[in-house]
Amino acid sequence: MMGYTTFNGWVQIGLFAVLVVLITKPIGGYMTRVFAGERTALSPVIRPLERATYWLCGVDEAAEQHWVAYAIAMLAFSFVGFVVLYAIQRLQGLLPLNPQGFGAESTDLSFNTSVSFVTNTNWQSYVPEQTMSYLTQMIGLTVHNFVSAATGIALAIALIRGFARRSAQTIGNFWVDLTRCVLYILLPASIVAALFFVWQGMPQDLSAYTNATTLEGARQIIAQGPVASQEAIKMLGTNGGGFFNANSAHPFENPTALTNLVQMLLIFSLGAGLTNVFGRMVGNQRQGWAIFAVMFLLFAAGVATVYPVESQGNPAFATLHVDQAPSTLQAGGNMVGKEVRFGIANSALFTTVTTDASCGAVNNMHDSLLPLAGAVPMVNIMLGEIIFGGVGSGLYGMLLFVIVAMFIAGLMVGRTPEYLGKKLEAKEVKMAMLAILILPLSILGFTALAVVLPVGTAAMNNAGPHGFSEALYAYTSATGNNGSAFAGLSANVPFWNDTLGLAMFLGRFMMIVPMLAIAGSLARKKIVPASLGTFPTTSPLFVGLVIGVILITGGLIFFPAVALGPIVEHYALLHGTLY
Amino acid sequence: MKHIRPAIVMILMMTVLTGLAYPLAITGIAQLVFPWQANGSLIRRDGTVIGSALIGQNFSTNRYFHGRPSATTGPDPKDPSKTVAAPYNAANSGGSNLGPTSKDLVQHVQVRAAALAAQNPGTPIPVDLVTSSASGLDPDITPAGALFQVPRVAKARGLPQGEVRRLVEARITPRLFGVIGEPHVNVLKLNLALDALPRH
Repeated sequence: MMGYTTFNGWVQIGLFAVLVVLITKPIGGYMTRVFAGERTALSPVIRPLERATYWLCGVDEAAEQHWVAYAIAMLAFSFVGFVVLYAIQRLQGLLPLNPQGFGAESTDLSFNTSVSFVTNTNWQSYVPEQTMSYLTQMIGLTVHNFVSAATGIALAIALIRGFARRSAQTIGNFWVDLTRCVLYILLPASIVAALFFVWQGMPQDLSAYTNATTLEGARQIIAQGPVASQEAIKMLGTNGGGFFNANSAHPFENPTALTNLVQMLLIFSLGAGLTNVFGRMVGNQRQGWAIFAVMFLLFAAGVATVYPVESQGNPAFATLHVDQAPSTLQAGGNMVGKEVRFGIANSALFTTVTTDASCGAVNNMHDSLLPLAGAVPMVNIMLGEIIFGGVGSGLYGMLLFVIVAMFIAGLMVGRTPEYLGKKLEAKEVKMAMLAILILPLSILGFTALAVVLPVGTAAMNNAGPHGFSEALYAYTSATGNNGSAFAGLSANVPFWNDTLGLAMFLGRFMMIVPMLAIAGSLARKKIVPASLGTFPTTSPLFVGLVIGVILITGGLIFFPAVALGPIVEHYALLHGTLY
Repeated sequence: MKHIRPAIVMILMMTVLTGLAYPLAITGIAQLVFPWQANGSLIRRDGTVIGSALIGQNFSTNRYFHGRPSATTGPDPKDPSKTVAAPYNAANSGGSNLGPTSKDLVQHVQVRAAALAAQNPGTPIPVDLVTSSASGLDPDITPAGALFQVPRVAKARGLPQGEVRRLVEARITPRLFGVIGEPHVNVLKLNLALDALPRH
């Protein structure tokens, strides 16, 4: 089963894993201080800007909000953001910084893209370098890369406060959490990452596309633009919307193996750091490390599947005299839709990381992955992108599963379930299930619709089970707010733009509101002192239980759909059936 | 209602800060400190831009090393509402998105493999030479893919194979620190070096 994997491939994967472990604690410490409003090294520069923001917005920094007010503030902010982004796209042709002269976008594409970026999905139905002006990329898309990420993180902090506080009516102030997240965390880190990326070769200019005359005398138009500044926050905020159509496979968007490594680290950095924030805020860092362990084991399982599968190459090429074996002179493996500088190990790792998190950037084309390798990103998203996850959404999604797991553990021993001293009662468990069930409802419901309607099947680029996988992946990605795709799907038509837009909306907000209700309810509760009968939530048993609940929930609900797509295709490939 | 003002003002503030000030500041610093990279790593020869060091370009003659197959498309010159194959179209990046059980995929690979086998009979064909890249703009081929083409290029240029082989071997970029990434050869830079060889 280890196929054609190489020692170096595993070393590169291991190196990444070690770096993730190492950055978790320092990032967690810094983020905890920021959200507690404590002084940090950046405060002398940023504090005046922060105060000016509150003053302009008319926000009282010290006034905290009930969970309902917190939710309404978040929804109002998202709605205004949606309207502004929609307007920018519709008016694009009239606005400056548009050297390629792109016109307004269609109504359904503008709707889809606005929902997509406001919900931190960054699904892209369009070819950016043929559609979006520099101004739209900057004041439209880059802005939402920042604020949708900050919204997710703010929500996670609010939920943690629910666990950490006792007999409290409030869970923080949305405007304050949002502002601090952008000013102290996202912006400074993006500045450093963007300059690093330019050094490595990413363009950052505002000129029109370059006209080159190739060595053979042909004309080549080279798209460029302010790439690096968008790229930094695209990864850090687990947004994933590419500046170019090929996303992080484009040599301008991911020029070297080093930028590739840094991009993957940025994807996981805040999600991993938040597990430590959780531990610190509830007063025991080991609680955070237990959550981290659940995530880390699921991540390891994913990459340990994709890499061996992809390294074997495509059996359909076996008789064609093509060499797919690795050697010192080539990486080998399934190189369809991959880049030479990344090879198989770094492509497999990136695929796992970007779908563990709700990033959705790609450095290889997932549509061309071998069937079982392509199933991994799909399953990662179906499980709710809780493996480090989207910034914020990964942690709150994971905590929903923890609530269900503790409920099941409580049922098994006949005790009222509790977590971190908070009794989990009917309300919390109902809300957690409501939030979790929106995923299968939207993913399976819309996929069923798309495969029976002619307008749905017409968009598929591949025949047979792979065509089904394209539709299933699209709604999985949209509902999970991931944004990656089996990109052969021609989704820039009203049916797909509208239904995918709806799926993104449901997947984001139908999960957030029940989650905030849980936060409010937990905050009001007292803390029950731990006793001999308390389930230890820092033990390997806890880690195993949570993993079990995640896999059983995801597995039972989605297995039939996955069986119809990637699993059927896998056996077709072994049998030599082509479509 | 009290959420309306902060919602509107916050979006405007964030637009100015993260949508204008941030990208423009990065642009300014990048243009000062890393102007070559910031403008697309462009390569000039005799004053004209011949391409970017990071972007692959289409090579089809026997005198040059070829890059990987590219699945990019462009508008049909006869009917702009349709698209046609336009390899290495650097204004429309993307892969073939063909799935592993696609008949088209296997047929493409078969045709490419047959053409390459005729150039260098008996040698197994490196997989990167018969598969289209993710971006359609992959600037690199594997060392195996470059060495495979040495007999054809040497013959077309009337050079000894050993000399062309040495040129390839000198242009292999190894893994960073011996660990990170994969060894590769930048096709455009290799071909420029080939053109720069003294004529026999």
